[in-house]
Amino acid sequence: MGPEESTKFEAYLRTAISVDPKGWAHFDYVKMPEYRWGIFLTPAEADRRINFGAHKGEPAWQEVPGEYRSTLRRIIVTQGDTEPASVEQQRHLGLTCPSLYDLRNIFQVNVEEGRHLWAMVYLLHAHFGRDGREEAEALLERRSGDADNPRILGAFNERTPDWLSFFMFTFLTDRDGKYQLAALAESGFDPLSRTCRFMLTEEAHHLFVGESGISRAIQRTCEVMKTRKVDDPAEVRALGVIDLPTIQRYLNFHYSVTLDLYGSEVSSNAACFYTTGLKGRFEETKLGDDHRLANDEYPVLDLAGERIVTKHVPALTALNERLRDDYIRDVEAGIGRWNKVVEKAGIDFRFKLPHKAFNRRIGTFAGAHISPDGRVLSEAEWTHMHTQWLATESDREFVASLMGRVAEPGKFANWIAPPARGINNQPLDFEYVRFN
Amino acid sequence: MSAPTELVRQHLIDPEICIRCNTCEETCPIDAITHDSRNYVVKFEVCEGCNQCISPCPTGAIDSWRRVAKDKPYTLEEQFGWDELPPQTEVDAGGVEDMPEDVVRITAEATAGQGGTVAPPWSAAHPYINLYGLARPAVATCSGNFRITADDAPSEMHHIVLDFGNTAFPVLEGQSIGVIPPGEDANGKPHHVRLYSVASPRNGERPGYNNLSITVKRVTEDREGKPVRGVASNFLCDLKKGDQVKVVGPYGATFLMPNHPGSSIMMICTGTGSAPMRAMTERRRRRIALKEGGDLMLFFGARTPGELPYFGPLMKLPKEFIDMNLAFSRLPEKPKQYVQDLIRARGDKVARMLADENCYIYICGLKGMEKGVEQAFADACRANGLDWETLLAQLRAQSRYHVETY
Repeated sequence: MGPEESTKFEAYLRTAISVDPKGWAHFDYVKMPEYRWGIFLTPAEADRRINFGAHKGEPAWQEVPGEYRSTLRRIIVTQGDTEPASVEQQRHLGLTCPSLYDLRNIFQVNVEEGRHLWAMVYLLHAHFGRDGREEAEALLERRSGDADNPRILGAFNERTPDWLSFFMFTFLTDRDGKYQLAALAESGFDPLSRTCRFMLTEEAHHLFVGESGISRAIQRTCEVMKTRKVDDPAEVRALGVIDLPTIQRYLNFHYSVTLDLYGSEVSSNAACFYTTGLKGRFEETKLGDDHRLANDEYPVLDLAGERIVTKHVPALTALNERLRDDYIRDVEAGIGRWNKVVEKAGIDFRFKLPHKAFNRRIGTFAGAHISPDGRVLSEAEWTHMHTQWLATESDREFVASLMGRVAEPGKFANWIAPPARGINNQPLDFEYVRFN
Repeated sequence: MSAPTELVRQHLIDPEICIRCNTCEETCPIDAITHDSRNYVVKFEVCEGCNQCISPCPTGAIDSWRRVAKDKPYTLEEQFGWDELPPQTEVDAGGVEDMPEDVVRITAEATAGQGGTVAPPWSAAHPYINLYGLARPAVATCSGNFRITADDAPSEMHHIVLDFGNTAFPVLEGQSIGVIPPGEDANGKPHHVRLYSVASPRNGERPGYNNLSITVKRVTEDREGKPVRGVASNFLCDLKKGDQVKVVGPYGATFLMPNHPGSSIMMICTGTGSAPMRAMTERRRRRIALKEGGDLMLFFGARTPGELPYFGPLMKLPKEFIDMNLAFSRLPEKPKQYVQDLIRARGDKVARMLADENCYIYICGLKGMEKGVEQAFADACRANGLDWETLLAQLRAQSRYHVETY
């Protein structure tokens, strides 16, 4: 568990000891082998009802409903499978941490992802009998990127080769986790709902690590550009910071790969999950419709020859797309905050999310070639252009070249700015990790 | 005269750090937090400052505070429009946002008697504030502990010297420090912070060494006279040389002495309220040779000389250095005498000093004493053709009137 060769380290972590606000934010030094995973469920709501689908208004299920058993198990296994994947992808990053503060953060992210796996395994064990236990076993045996026994979803088999990828992953891919958990937190199966509700509170920290990590890299680059009066990417790189176009290419890659995690634009599975009351929409109970969606429509993108068009499909079948759109809005806001940093530094560059259809492997646009601004390209054009849009091997090699280890309290690698605040209001030169 | 506006802490969220994760809104038990597509914000009139949202926040953005006039907080519309927090004001600048809640509460209560927040004297030195918080207290070592009331006096007060070794802990006369008693309370929580005024001048109890002193009364009964054992005071009064003490602070940015040549100081105190007066007096005494001018006048009350802290050393001060007026309320076969009686008796000089723009007034002692003192001031003024109400407004406006009662 945690970064490689770290079992003797003591990391200043937030450990959940109970679900009330005071209990789940308990800060202290912990050694990885001594970290204890609790099973935490948000307190039960008395008389909670199913809030959507065919069973709307019926009491929430405390036991697995027999007719949905295998569907529900599949949902939980798929969610559970993502949790340890990132830990497996990130284990080597401890060796190249840009500061003690960041090293501590990766510990925190990893222990919580581990706890989330444990929470899903618990549900399988507690509610699904023997086949639940077997699924849980299989879950523990799969490995990210393993040729023979990989993780279920594509993005979770990608490498996380450097800290910029790690921050992109936590900003973008963990945010998919947030939206999936939020949809499952609406579930009619109460133990799943309560588990996910609590997991969401922890997930927020991972999004923070990603958003602030990139923001600090951007800030540092802007500072150097400003004080040294350079803006040519090659000159910026020569000063030991990551040029903004490279950050944009990383963003394009991680964003498009993560969009695939939501599945096909039109999906009968998604409709089934909703109608049966197993998986709701983001903030289901705050939405003001009939929560059955039998007669509603939702716009999705389609490919018509050389053009991308919008078509309206039954809202029930478009729930993946809808969740993806909710996600995109959230990411947009985060990008806006990064752009504030650039703007404040007075630098003429803005980050921009690529088109939703760009670089997709799943759904309508799998196999199509779409530019970041949403034009349909020929294969030749794509081959010619894609290295300008997606991080290349040489981009990754450059970023990797900056990844030296900085592990002295209060010191930060040259390519990243210190954070605005320490963890739990501790000073920046706090010893966030003790090496024993 | 209109009452000075009351300053309060307004809870805000730093939009530059916040990642809009909704954790705070989800956590708040009374729905004091809301958001639009841009910012998360706190409803001033709903938030009770219960702090339940603080530790769940993954970013620390939630732990943001500004001092605002109670009737003019930042509105939700203003907060929704922010890209960054408004700059900190003078009162915020001392790290007030991180001030332990206990300290903010105690300070607000203690200074209530002066009628709201006042600024320090214009010639006060700039104080350091809140260098050490609960998460990272300074550790001092007891290097002396002396009983300063008579052995047979019913109230037991100690003069305690704390040495900070290599830890920087700069204080000014009139500032306080917070002591965290060791151990936990009956509910298993850490003890509350107790505040003590510094009794030594800025260059230390022993000049040139990194130490300071405090005056502590051993608490053996509560205000109603029921027996109770004060946790912090007993811990402190029992300190032995070499024992360690966790200290937070320093605190206090207004109850500070003037430094300009020719400035006079009038001090009125009872009991351990003498600590800041001793610090100021000692500061002046060490600078006697500089002949900076200005008068010192002290009104000091106790039940008997044996219960008057620092009685011995006070007696040694030259009469031309300090105009000393000691009031005793329990002397056998003598009428009870309180500080306000002596203020009236010295009415002419008191009135003259109150009207002198170079004179600064300090009142420190038990809660409620300021009322009797104010009445005595009013009487002294009336007898000398001055209007106390008008004068008080001036004193406050000129930062010349400082009260700390507890």
